[in-house]
Amino acid sequence: MTDVSKKSDFPILKRRIHGKRFAYLDSAATAQRPVVVLKAMDEFQRKHNANTHRGIYLISEEATALYEGARQKVAAFIHAQPNEIVFTRNATEAINLVAYAWGRANIVTGDNIIVTEMEHHSNLVPWQLLCKERKAELRVVPVTDEGAVVMKEFTKLLTHRTKLVAVSGMSNVFGTMPDLAVIARSAHRKNALVLVDGAQLAAHVPVDVKKLGVDFLALSAHKMLGPMGIGVLWAKRELLEAMPPFLAGGDMIREVSLQTATWNDLPWKFEAGTPNAVGAVGFGAAVDYLTKLGMGSVRRHEMALTAYALKKLRHIKGVSIYGPTSARLKGGVIAFNVQGIHPHDLATLLDREGVAIRSGHHCAQPLMQKFGVMATARMSFSVYTTKQDIDQCIAAIAKATKVMA
Amino acid sequence: MTDALYKATILDHHKHPRHFGTLKRSTHEAHLENTLCGDEVTMQFKVEKGKVIDVAFSGRGCAITTAAASMLTEAVLGKSLAAVKKLTSKDVDKLLGVKVGPAREKCAYLGLETLHKAFS
Ligand SMILES: Cc1ncc(COP(=O)(O)O)c(C=O)c1O
Repeated sequence: MTDVSKKSDFPILKRRIHGKRFAYLDSAATAQRPVVVLKAMDEFQRKHNANTHRGIYLISEEATALYEGARQKVAAFIHAQPNEIVFTRNATEAINLVAYAWGRANIVTGDNIIVTEMEHHSNLVPWQLLCKERKAELRVVPVTDEGAVVMKEFTKLLTHRTKLVAVSGMSNVFGTMPDLAVIARSAHRKNALVLVDGAQLAAHVPVDVKKLGVDFLALSAHKMLGPMGIGVLWAKRELLEAMPPFLAGGDMIREVSLQTATWNDLPWKFEAGTPNAVGAVGFGAAVDYLTKLGMGSVRRHEMALTAYALKKLRHIKGVSIYGPTSARLKGGVIAFNVQGIHPHDLATLLDREGVAIRSGHHCAQPLMQKFGVMATARMSFSVYTTKQDIDQCIAAIAKATKVMA
Repeated sequence: MTDALYKATILDHHKHPRHFGTLKRSTHEAHLENTLCGDEVTMQFKVEKGKVIDVAFSGRGCAITTAAASMLTEAVLGKSLAAVKKLTSKDVDKLLGVKVGPAREKCAYLGLETLHKAFS
């Protein structure tokens, strides 16, 4: 297994945790940042900090150019046009933007919205609210125990009253990746739109919105080696043009009188108020870094790690794994439980060994109910994860089973 | 591994929780869930003449949740209602013999919160 990136690019990974080597295995919650991202943000704050789009002086022009440059980088990363890239706080806000601006303008009583059983709460609750408000129906496509969307059921639920299919591109529990192109083709045949929650997907596999043929894509920079507090909504231009604004205020307007206002061009129509310019710059640097590694290489690296970890985990007595047991079918995330050890206890015991994993319901409570568990442990990988991290985790699990036995 | 949090007394209460089960007749009871992980605790009390004369708890949880709730049941049995109502998180820390730290406070104090809910 060849490593795709240098661990030394990520300063935080040099930390010692409780005196131990640090094995960070919670990248699905948030990924760590390479030094190029930290530098780009630092440089912005030291040299170019000014409000964007507002000042007629050098550093404001620089700030604007850097902010808009970041937009171009993110656009190129997903094969979109820059004016289709709306900066938000995170994927959650991007999804809410669609639910409020597009949803409130388009969903009426009797319509339906389709989601899957494995959605993150971010891609479930906004649609619950919208459906309740509009007396529309929220339809849920089941997933198999392996985390595959049951396509037969999806086809059955899809009707001419379906307005939107909202689906995660990669499950944060199973790591499974529904066939978005197939879903989009079926949905479009019924004139339904497709929103992809790309929070996990875009960090781990190449994404081309044109090839996928979907309509909306939500991203969070912090899952993609970028900073927290910045995300993106991508949508097809026609859709953004037709949508009313979401938040109102400065920057999103063209002309304002005391009684009325007209809207700015895309994408600024959806970016009210002073933006997180430094975050956007960090996001731009992060996608540059990922592009340099090559998303194909990233995927291969993480697939090899996943295969390795699955094999090791299966050798520990009492371990159950949720989701596919083949690395080909999933991203670098493994939800599991160890018999007799509550995932919280496991996470605490692993932390003592320098290993950071997640425990809990992973913002997917309906899925936990389906499996009849309260919570699971979860390890997840990124470009900087190594076999050594996994070995350290496996050894710590073995040790934990002894403590709790 | 010697680990202050997973020391013998806590593991013992986890594996053999005291007063685990339900009371046929209780005068006070409450149920609470830890929204973080879905752990849940039900506590039941039988109070007579201002004293806790019987107690039980049930639910499911991690070692810390279970041990803390179990220790709490031992601590309140036979105590006056007034004393029980005054119990604080510091008392739970004392029972556990360790401060669990911010990440596990919700677990450690779930039983205590349930107790206070029962008597509120
Ligand atoms: C699949 C999925 N969707 C959405 C989100 C929400 O991301 P954020 O909290 O950055 O908005 C997450 C992150 O936990 C996720 O894993």
